[in-house]
Amino acid sequence: MEHHGGVTGKNIISLQNVSKTYISEHKTNEVVRDVSLDVQENEFVVLFGPGQCGKTTMINLIAGLQLPTEGKVIVDGKEVTAPGPDRGVVYQTTALFPFCTVMGNVEFGPKSQGMKKEERRKKAQYFIDLVGLTGFEKSFPNRLSGGMRQRVGIARAYANDPKVMLMDEPFGHLDAQTRYMMEEELEKIWEKEKRTVVFVTNNSEEAVYLADRIIILTNTPTHIKHEVRVDLPRPRQYSDPEFLKIRREIEEICDDTL
Amino acid sequence: MKKKKFDLERTLYAVLAIGCFFLLWWFLTTFTAVKETTPGPVAVLKLLGESFFKPIGGKVITGHLLTSLRRVLVGFSVATLIGIILGIAMGTSRWAEAIIKPIFELLRPIPPIAWISLVILFFGIGETSKYILCGIGAFTNVTLNAYTGAQNVDPELIGCARMLGTSERDIFFRVILPSCTPQIFAGMQVALSTSWMAVLAAEMVGAQEGCGWMIQRGSDTLNITLVMVGMIVIGIVGMLLAALMRTIERRLCSWNIMEE
Repeated sequence: MEHHGGVTGKNIISLQNVSKTYISEHKTNEVVRDVSLDVQENEFVVLFGPGQCGKTTMINLIAGLQLPTEGKVIVDGKEVTAPGPDRGVVYQTTALFPFCTVMGNVEFGPKSQGMKKEERRKKAQYFIDLVGLTGFEKSFPNRLSGGMRQRVGIARAYANDPKVMLMDEPFGHLDAQTRYMMEEELEKIWEKEKRTVVFVTNNSEEAVYLADRIIILTNTPTHIKHEVRVDLPRPRQYSDPEFLKIRREIEEICDDTL
Repeated sequence: MKKKKFDLERTLYAVLAIGCFFLLWWFLTTFTAVKETTPGPVAVLKLLGESFFKPIGGKVITGHLLTSLRRVLVGFSVATLIGIILGIAMGTSRWAEAIIKPIFELLRPIPPIAWISLVILFFGIGETSKYILCGIGAFTNVTLNAYTGAQNVDPELIGCARMLGTSERDIFFRVILPSCTPQIFAGMQVALSTSWMAVLAAEMVGAQEGCGWMIQRGSDTLNITLVMVGMIVIGIVGMLLAALMRTIERRLCSWNIMEE
């Protein structure tokens, strides 16, 4: 179940000249303009950009929930044309199934793949334990705190064994304290269960804490302004001068784009 | 602890309110001109008590009650099933909505009692007609609630299920249907009440027994006491049915009930 090892050098996500324009009766709205991006296997890439830029659209394009107007999205050698279980999404709103228990949510994907009950229970339990929710298997989401719900969301995405994890500002709704805790947790989980991650945020601290590589996006129509590699050893310290330097750097580049 | 005290207070008020109602009824039928036409609570409760042993028509009161309950439950169950199917179809498919909704909206305001003649014409005066009339009483609310429930399913949940590789068939059974259950249950609660009310209409159709029949018979023979016995039984049983539905709902939809 464990995929140890770092970045393999193999391209797993490839955006090729991707543009997305919404066309309605009254106006056209260009959200993403000519974005090309390669993400390698087991790489943690953060898309960092101002509030209302097309970050979520980028996630949806990779997820296949939306299709590009121009260009191609390729995941693991195949062009993305529809949603599919090779890509796991963690939503800002958590989007947990309110009528399923924690266990029901985490085993939802494996059950959809037709995995036998005993096997999928074992698998779901592994990820419930991994995100630190042991003992809450039978709780419904309405009994959980915001941080706990997001843990369920992460476990649910992991349990489906996706090739890539897409995280759309998963900690955006959490209070600062919980947010720090979740960032540390996510880092630990990711170290233990390496996956390719594309993580969206507008929080520079979060970006530097988590990323191997930060892609800085412009306001809409979104394109790539710059990218910054973060080579600091993990787990990183928020107050480390090097950490703060990179933080300031990406903030300056980002402000420039406004 | 707190909850228990709260319940006690409510029970006290409930007993007091019902007590006042009976007292007023007794007062009016003892000291005012109303007594010329209307039986008092003592007479009604006496007949109610007697009816447990002394048959009215062919049966004692429990027999009438069971007959009525059977009619309502059969009608209600079938109507619920059809209502859920039609409602969800309208809520999830534009085609179904375009076709079914106008017919539904047209039939919806027609009360069960208006259907009596047509139902007799097509189904005779047997039990089927009674089931159908009770069903008509339940149908509207279930359909309407299933419809709005299905319309309001969170699209993000459906997208999320697709991302997890869930088939369209599974999305229906594992996302759409459970998302609608609280709403459907709310509809079923009202529907069981309206269906129970429709029993009167149903038992106007050549019935020989049932609570509705008792009222009908009392009305035909100018036996107001019997009418009131029928009314009280329908009232009490209706109340109990509603309580039963609430209990089932709490069990089934606990995920939807926020604490405090």
